[in-house]
Amino acid sequence: MKKIHWDAVLMPLVGIALTLLAWQLISGRTVIRSLADGTEEEVRLGWVQDLPGPVQTWEKTRKYVVEPFAKREELDQGILRFTWYSLVIVAKGYAIALILGTPMGFLLGLSATFSKMFDPIIQVLRPVSPLAWMPLGVVLFANAGKSANELAALFTIAVCAMWPTVLNTAVGVRAIPQDYLNVARVLKLSRTQTLFRIMIPATLPYMFTGYRLSLGIAWLVIVAVEMLTGRIGIGNFLWNEYNNGLYTSIVLCIVTIGLVGFSLDRAMSLLERRFKSIL
Amino acid sequence: MSFLVLNQVSKGFGPPEARREVLRGVNLSVKQGEIVAIVGYSGAGKSTLLHLVSGLLKPDAGFVTLGGQVIEGPGTDRGVVFQNYSLLPWMTVAENIRLAVDSVFPNWTEVRRSEQVDRYIHLVNLTHARDRRPSELSGGMRQRVSVARALAMDPQILLLDEPLGALDALTRGTLQEEISRICRASGKTVVLITNDPDEGILMADRILPMSAGPGAILGPSFPVVLGPTRDRRALNQDPRFKALRAEVVAWLLGPGARPAVSVSRKLTLPDLEPEDLDIPRPLIGGRRRPRRRSEERRETVDLTP
Repeated sequence: MKKIHWDAVLMPLVGIALTLLAWQLISGRTVIRSLADGTEEEVRLGWVQDLPGPVQTWEKTRKYVVEPFAKREELDQGILRFTWYSLVIVAKGYAIALILGTPMGFLLGLSATFSKMFDPIIQVLRPVSPLAWMPLGVVLFANAGKSANELAALFTIAVCAMWPTVLNTAVGVRAIPQDYLNVARVLKLSRTQTLFRIMIPATLPYMFTGYRLSLGIAWLVIVAVEMLTGRIGIGNFLWNEYNNGLYTSIVLCIVTIGLVGFSLDRAMSLLERRFKSIL
Repeated sequence: MSFLVLNQVSKGFGPPEARREVLRGVNLSVKQGEIVAIVGYSGAGKSTLLHLVSGLLKPDAGFVTLGGQVIEGPGTDRGVVFQNYSLLPWMTVAENIRLAVDSVFPNWTEVRRSEQVDRYIHLVNLTHARDRRPSELSGGMRQRVSVARALAMDPQILLLDEPLGALDALTRGTLQEEISRICRASGKTVVLITNDPDEGILMADRILPMSAGPGAILGPSFPVVLGPTRDRRALNQDPRFKALRAEVVAWLLGPGARPAVSVSRKLTLPDLEPEDLDIPRPLIGGRRRPRRRSEERRETVDLTP
């Protein structure tokens, strides 16, 4: 029986409670004030008047949370249903990023010439924001008809999320101990065998670090992509609710996006640790 | 007829202007079935010598032949046991050996290959650890896997690069006897690299000291005139063992301790400027650093007659 460390459970809960409390204190509240002429008006009072507090957020958005998979209308669906749409597109874009990024990283790591040729370009493309790639994606796939939006979104996610995979794989390949390569040479392994039996296993921990960072970026990009393309998903929901002036939904989206991102990162880091423990 | 021959082999590293010569004109010949130990200082170039035989390095001058063939690169006719085991950490004991067997005997049937793997795991007494990964094994066990991997390739010659260097003294003693026994039973030609004269004498038929680098050479060959079965405890009292050890150590400390005579180095002259002690030192700032010629930006020359 594993001993439960109460500190590890209790302290985060205390932290969450304190944050909620602070949030409630600074947020605004609606007060009904009677005027001199007998009529009443609603006013927002508080430090940050337009910020909805946690209680208000819960009351206003509970229909999205209590029935997370409900579909009432196209733009009125449960929060996890929206999240699911986003996750599907992220998964596709992320898969493209890995399929392209991993071999690219191997090439960069294996060949000094290739690395000298393309490293500067990668370093320049890497910091470009998804907001800058998106319009290019839209233009590139403008003729794709119905799937134009989807292709533009995939392009943006893939092109933004690829770089950590590329760079970490390259570092991992360069870090393969000479001893392992000597073994491959002494055993006269063929090139393919050296790649699959020595180099890829030896690079796996680095690759997974790259994969984890890439997944984080892919999830980060999705909101921007959905805002711009109007694809249904959590980012799109957030944007619509902003246009409708429903600030409580924005808060709900932020919290959901954060929780999903956190869970994805945790899951990947579990995988990553598994591979690291072997080496 | 010698099986392994090194003829005037030299090897150096580094760029031409700062070249460090490791081996200079090394000659060695080993007969088939002979166990030869090369004993020398750490960093003298023993591993370099072994890598020249394994084919991982190429000599700058001279040549290495095995069975009359000049060695051009690595090959499966030479089994190498590396200093740091070099087992692949993501594979189990059996898989590590299997990788070697698969590579050397691609035409064998599946059954025959797994039999070969199991036979050599059994030979080094690791059947119980067959499915463990290297990280779950002790240093001594890892080295036994490494020996099994080399032997399972059925090489013509076994190259042991300080196989017991990273082990504690007690494990080392047991493993010396075990590896010695396995090598003799296999009847293979063995080149053993070690920094311990006792280990060399215990395991080999012939022992060659290597001088300190740079530009290391091999010393005279000392045949080990003890029987093939050697008991470590009895050996410590054996006068022949003592005499041989004394001879080897005497060569290593005497003629072998001198590094090669010609060492080329770039000369650098001191460029300190003399300080004029008549100039009073500033109160704040304290001692001046010694001024160097190379730091001078300007030079004032007094031209008044």
